[in-house]
Amino acid sequence: MAAPKFDVPKLTGFIEVPLLKEGASAHIKSFPASDVIQEGIGYPGPLVDGWHDKAIAKMGDLLGRYRSLQVFMDACVHCGACTDKCHYFIGTADPKNMPVARQELMRSVYRRHFTFAGKYFPSLVGAKDLTEETLQDWYSYYYQCSECRRCSVYCPYGIDTAEVTMAGREILDTVGIGQKYTNEIIGKMHKIGNNLGLPGPALADTLEGLEEDIFDNTGVPVKLPLDLEGAEIMLVTPSADFFAEPHVESLIGYAKVFHAAGISWTLSSKASEAGNFGLFIGSYENMRRGAMRIRDAALDLGVKRVVVGECGHAWRVAYSFWNTLTGVGHGGDDPFSKQLQKQLDPKYPAPQHICEFTYDLIQQGKLKFDKSLNDHRIITFHDSCNVARGSRMSDMPGGQFIIPREIIKAVANNFHDMQAETIHEGTFCCGGGGGLLTDDLMELRVKGALPRMEAFNNVVQEKQVNFLALICAICKSQFSKVIPYYGFDMSMVGGVHQLVATAILLEVPEETEQESEAEESEA
Amino acid sequence: MLRCQGGEPSITPKNNYGKRCLLNELLQGMYMSFLTVLFACLFYAATAILVVGLLLKIRTYARTPAPLKIPTTPAPTTKGGVVLRLTREVALFESLFKSNKWIWLFGYLFHAALLLVTLRHLRYFTEPVWTPIEMIQPFGMYAGFAMVAGLAGLWARRFLVDRVRYISTPSDHLILMLLIAIGLSGLGMTFVAHTDIVAVKAFMLGLMVFDLQPLPTDPILLIHLSLVALLMIIFPISKLLHAPGIFFSPTRNQTDDPRDRRHLSPWAAKLESGTQSKADA
Ligand code: HEM
Ligand code: SF4
Ligand code: SF4
Repeated sequence: MAAPKFDVPKLTGFIEVPLLKEGASAHIKSFPASDVIQEGIGYPGPLVDGWHDKAIAKMGDLLGRYRSLQVFMDACVHCGACTDKCHYFIGTADPKNMPVARQELMRSVYRRHFTFAGKYFPSLVGAKDLTEETLQDWYSYYYQCSECRRCSVYCPYGIDTAEVTMAGREILDTVGIGQKYTNEIIGKMHKIGNNLGLPGPALADTLEGLEEDIFDNTGVPVKLPLDLEGAEIMLVTPSADFFAEPHVESLIGYAKVFHAAGISWTLSSKASEAGNFGLFIGSYENMRRGAMRIRDAALDLGVKRVVVGECGHAWRVAYSFWNTLTGVGHGGDDPFSKQLQKQLDPKYPAPQHICEFTYDLIQQGKLKFDKSLNDHRIITFHDSCNVARGSRMSDMPGGQFIIPREIIKAVANNFHDMQAETIHEGTFCCGGGGGLLTDDLMELRVKGALPRMEAFNNVVQEKQVNFLALICAICKSQFSKVIPYYGFDMSMVGGVHQLVATAILLEVPEETEQESEAEESEA
Repeated sequence: MLRCQGGEPSITPKNNYGKRCLLNELLQGMYMSFLTVLFACLFYAATAILVVGLLLKIRTYARTPAPLKIPTTPAPTTKGGVVLRLTREVALFESLFKSNKWIWLFGYLFHAALLLVTLRHLRYFTEPVWTPIEMIQPFGMYAGFAMVAGLAGLWARRFLVDRVRYISTPSDHLILMLLIAIGLSGLGMTFVAHTDIVAVKAFMLGLMVFDLQPLPTDPILLIHLSLVALLMIIFPISKLLHAPGIFFSPTRNQTDDPRDRRHLSPWAAKLESGTQSKADA
């Protein structure tokens, strides 16, 4: 790790609310998208002629299409309840990272152009004209929000700054200002099918390699099938699972669970990405286009169930939006959704989270574990923001908190939760969500991780925790990169299904049993 | 309504509400003080602005689609659960309580007191006064103090807490000032300079049936009433829209059932026409 060009916050044992430092993170700006990147996802670039009127028109359009935005623009009373809830504010002390101030960047323009008070008494109500500087401010601070929705939990009206951020980004994109990282990835998703730009043949190679690795380690011929028509289940997982560390360990975990359960399953080269960065820029059209691949793949392969791997925002999109966007779900009564839904098995939720899937099998006694295999780990669990506040697992509200923890407890002996106000719906974002997982935002990512790092450090000190269990590809990448700044080792980061993979007992077929024993004695 | 029913030009209060029309009253200026007419007009205008403004806003909220399921989870999975969630938010300020105990304390004090005070004021608009309203009169009297105390606490935060100071606009201060002034002028009439409340009631009851009755001219009463009218006027054009807004907030009023029911807004459904089978991608 190269020496950082910024001050890494010191861990104090407490999550402290800082005093305001105006402009403290004004210099943090992610790289802008090139015109080519913008074009690839249907936006212009660079800043277009007549941007002012186009931006205002787009704002009007969004206000008319999204009740959330319309109500949130009006309802805020500036009570201040959200001001200390954002991890980026806690980490940077920049007042514009307070959720209400972030909203205010847009609200001041909304007031000016769409309200009586703002048209006639602008200074009284803090209404402002839209200038090029405002746009630059939007670009800075709407890309310093991970759309984690923590603020919405604590606002008396549920005002969700994520909705405002998404609208802000969509307006920016519309007038030609996009962010390189997110928009490039959306382009790859459209063009190649996944965020990493991993083409089908490369994927097949990778999966084959993994099968060999698993066989070498266990002697069990666990398969990772690709494009297997007629399989019962299609697994859609973030593409990082295919090769990034520690993500791939969880992919091995899913494969072992499917194997142990004896259920036929497949990955899809068309739906080789669960992630959907269209969400991050608030673009319904891009999000829908990305989700369409899942529908198509499910139809092509004729699967009865769709299961989603460990990824936070992907699970939010899958759980909350897939049914709306593409009919992956139940209960549709229009031809478009029925076409797919008559194929999906009504006995199972669609889509289903891999944790729900594994948990069900554990409940039914279909999986065997040797918990002691995880005894070298003392584990804590980080609730991913999008799972915690934008989705659910199981039938009961809050199942998304219970199920991953129950899985961990079923496969390991040592588990400790972090402090209460930092878990469940109060969880802090890892600091890298919402399209901010890029090296050009390293300072923000490190500072934004501060509250989580404080809570983590406390269980490390008090309970000797040495493993941070995650169910999100972004969390995994973010923490692997960021926890070294706080003095921890990146090997402390891993997935819930990595723990499952360690402890699960698979039946070794007889022919291979001797082979692997022989290998073991050699070693 | 131009044809007036006549009647003596007297201004005997009560009894014959509705027998006259506004025009008639206006013409009888010699019996009617300029102030009475002015305040009558003010209240009619303020009421119209409040009602029409709120209805228009509510119509906008109701008509704007919510294309995606975005309840802040964990969220109720049934409509009944949503009603409970919203009831807790409105009656207890549940999220605010989780969030910040000081704001909750002052905010709750202010709103609960405001509710009591408002209910207490219903006695000026009803004859006979409903029993429940009679019953809260004694509490209502002291609620005025609680209201001002709560407001003072909220206002103090705008100076003392640097984060709240940063986000406060002039209008935030002015609204608090306005409410405190309403509270103090009201308390002033209750406890210091009594006004002729029988006449005030006659004026209010008269207003409701377009039969103007003379309004007492104590300055403190006129201040109180002007400020209340101002509050009504700014209601639909200010942050006071939080009151209807909370009921329309998708993060709070949506059920968490996206996997079981397909949720589709009209504009999103249009994207689907012609994409029956394969993706349009
Ligand atoms: C459905 C009814 C209402 C609900 C649920 C509600 C709820 C709230 C909440 C939770 C707050 C934030 C905490 C606080 O600062 O007190 C607030 C603030 C406020 N409310 Fe209400 N309210 C309602 C009706 C009203 C009405 C009718 C008024 C009228 C005059 C009003 C005036 C205010 C003001 C002025 C503030 C801002 C206080 C400040 O500056 O800090 N509210 N309201
Ligand atoms: S959504 Fe999350 S990152 Fe964005 S303002 Fe709210 S708390 Fe901060
Ligand atoms: S908590 Fe909600 S109402 Fe209060 S300042 Fe924040 S966004 Fe506005």
